Amino acid sequence: MLMLEQVAKRFGAVRALHPLDLAVEPGRTLVVIGPSGCGKSTLLGMMNGLVRPDSGRVIFDGEVLSPVTLMAARRRMGYVIQEGGLFPHLSAAANVTLLARTLGWPPDRVNARLEVLSALTHFPRPALARFPGELSGGQRQRLSLMRALMLDPELLLLDEPLGALDPLIRFELQVELREIFRSLGKTVVMVTHDLGEAAFFADTILLMRDGRVVQHGSINDLTQRPEDPFVTRFIEAQRGHWQTGDGAS
Amino acid sequence: MMRRGITRRLPLAGLMVALAGLFLPLAGVAGGAAAAAEEVRIGSKKFTESVILGEAARLLLTEAGLAARHRRELGGTRILWNALLRGDIDIYPEYTGTLRAETLAKLRLESDGALGQALRARGLRMTPPIGFDNTYALGMTADRAKALGISSISDLARHPRLRFGFGNEFMDRADGWPALQRRYGLPQTNIRGLDHDLGYRGLAAGDIDVMDLYSTDAEIAYYGLKVLADDLGHFPAYAAVFLYRADLEARAPGALGALARLSGRIDDAAMARLNGAVKLKGWSEARAAADFLNTELGLKVSPGTRSAAARLWENTLAHLSLVGISLGAAILVSIPLGVLAARRRRAGRVILGTVGVIQTLPALALLVFMIPLLGIGAPPAIVALFLYSLLPIVRNTHAGLAGIAEPLRRSALALGLTEAARLWRIELPLAAPVILAGIKTSAVINIGTATLGALIGAGGYGQPILTGIRLDDTALILQGAIPAAALALAVQGAFEIAERHFIPRGLRARGQET
Repeated sequence: MLMLEQVAKRFGAVRALHPLDLAVEPGRTLVVIGPSGCGKSTLLGMMNGLVRPDSGRVIFDGEVLSPVTLMAARRRMGYVIQEGGLFPHLSAAANVTLLARTLGWPPDRVNARLEVLSALTHFPRPALARFPGELSGGQRQRLSLMRALMLDPELLLLDEPLGALDPLIRFELQVELREIFRSLGKTVVMVTHDLGEAAFFADTILLMRDGRVVQHGSINDLTQRPEDPFVTRFIEAQRGHWQTGDGAS
Repeated sequence: MMRRGITRRLPLAGLMVALAGLFLPLAGVAGGAAAAAEEVRIGSKKFTESVILGEAARLLLTEAGLAARHRRELGGTRILWNALLRGDIDIYPEYTGTLRAETLAKLRLESDGALGQALRARGLRMTPPIGFDNTYALGMTADRAKALGISSISDLARHPRLRFGFGNEFMDRADGWPALQRRYGLPQTNIRGLDHDLGYRGLAAGDIDVMDLYSTDAEIAYYGLKVLADDLGHFPAYAAVFLYRADLEARAPGALGALARLSGRIDDAAMARLNGAVKLKGWSEARAAADFLNTELGLKVSPGTRSAAARLWENTLAHLSLVGISLGAAILVSIPLGVLAARRRRAGRVILGTVGVIQTLPALALLVFMIPLLGIGAPPAIVALFLYSLLPIVRNTHAGLAGIAEPLRRSALALGLTEAARLWRIELPLAAPVILAGIKTSAVINIGTATLGALIGAGGYGQPILTGIRLDDTALILQGAIPAAALALAVQGAFEIAERHFIPRGLRARGQET
């Protein structure tokens, strides 16, 4: 589905990403995790060309991403970011359907797809006429997901999609999102800094630190067969003092 | 409901085009009036005497059955001279001394007699003298002159600390202050340039001690001024004549005969009386001219003045056309420039730098720069106003686009929208409030600056302001100033309504939320 070959990136003097190889398998969910500044968002950005690698190449469905192929490739990838990145001047419905309309879809087809998506994401239909600023945080994320799914892409890229939500809504939405991914059989790459979320969604987890991959495997691999002391430290830190028992002493 | 959401995109993209489209048609309204067939165009300088003579010429030509139009108060000598050479006007009143000492100074003509040939070489002619001699002079209040014992210009040399206030034209003219200073060896350094008509008030108020006079100025008697003797004979004779284009008689047979009726008919005292009727009694120039023609030449002409409402309407049309054309064109040019500046960093620096420099040019200088290229009247004023309107719109378009939040920019890219769709559907609509604010700023500046257009014959609300300053008539100044201010307020209000209409709820709500 998606192959990264020896991709690397520098921002000025900082090496955001050391040369890295990665294959994203179809129909599976890959979660990229690590502390802030580890290069996880840079990695995700390379997958849809928002970040251009200094060296190496990205191959999507057998084609190398280049300025020529990029636009078509992006239309086959859904993209969701924290806070949704919704266009404030467009209504909810217009946000979702913008790309399809610029591609010349007939209105019937646009509306039918919108119906399907609002049912799928449990987005309240009356809210479709509202503007993003008039929606709740949870509704905004659902909307952002609808927009990403509009053209029925093969690949979904999610950059901390639930990062800005309060914990209860986040918990609820995690369950729903996983249902949706499973029912659609999409290939998913998700970036998060939360290990619990990663474990909940992931078929495989890619743990990163300082622009390098520390370990790539299942959650069991990470907890039971850590390849580096950092893996254990990261897991411990995510459990927090309360779970590790420090709080009781 | 879903359809409503979808059709919502319509207005924003077209907003700028709509705005420009709204302003451009206004243009045609007053522009059409300018081009009537074979009309004799008379010009006059921006002082009362010249305007009276221009009115007299208009009345005489009309009396002779010719179509005549008087473009009054076009500016100083150079503007009128160039307008005549270019054929923007056919006739204007001039003084032989000005021609010899200033306009044609390089020829070093010894006498007025040599002028005819010099003019002929330039496709121009002049009428026989009208009669009076309006030479330059220096004057001070009689009391002050007596107290200091000054009766001639030579006497000024003994009082180096006197304050001089000179008309702007006199300051720069070859036969004006620089030559006078050399000739008499005058040591004064406190010299102020000011409007000739304001000089009298400065003199009366004691702000200046000495000013330049025209010897037919009505104020000399009114303020009881002492005219200092030109004891070294510096100032040449300034016999009043009409200059006209060589093709005038061919194009308007009878025009010369009509003008000739004035030759030798107005002497110094009569001219001072006419000036006084306008400046001190508040007559219109047309009335003064008609009164003279009727009593001295036995004609029966009527001044043909228009009502105040008709003048206001005419000024409004002229002003709207200046503002409409220049602002409409500026919108159409500035927004693409702003987009380019936001897209290409290096081009952006050049564009923003250039429009910034244009803004620093003084409005008056810019207007005058345009005259050699475009003549007098509306075209040079429109170009100058257009140039002035660029900066706020270009800068706000650039700032509006540069200020779009990074997540929105990335989302638009990641969606796979084309460059054109990103610009029209996302970036311009998001920047629209800032761009609209820039257009609003431009519009208000434009309306104010357009009043200066009257200085080069473009008309508009500046016309009564200009005349009001010349005649020291506050009511007349307000006839231009108040409509200009009202227009600025109205346009500002219209923009606020437009904002409410064109900027979608989603963008307006944001401000209230935070």
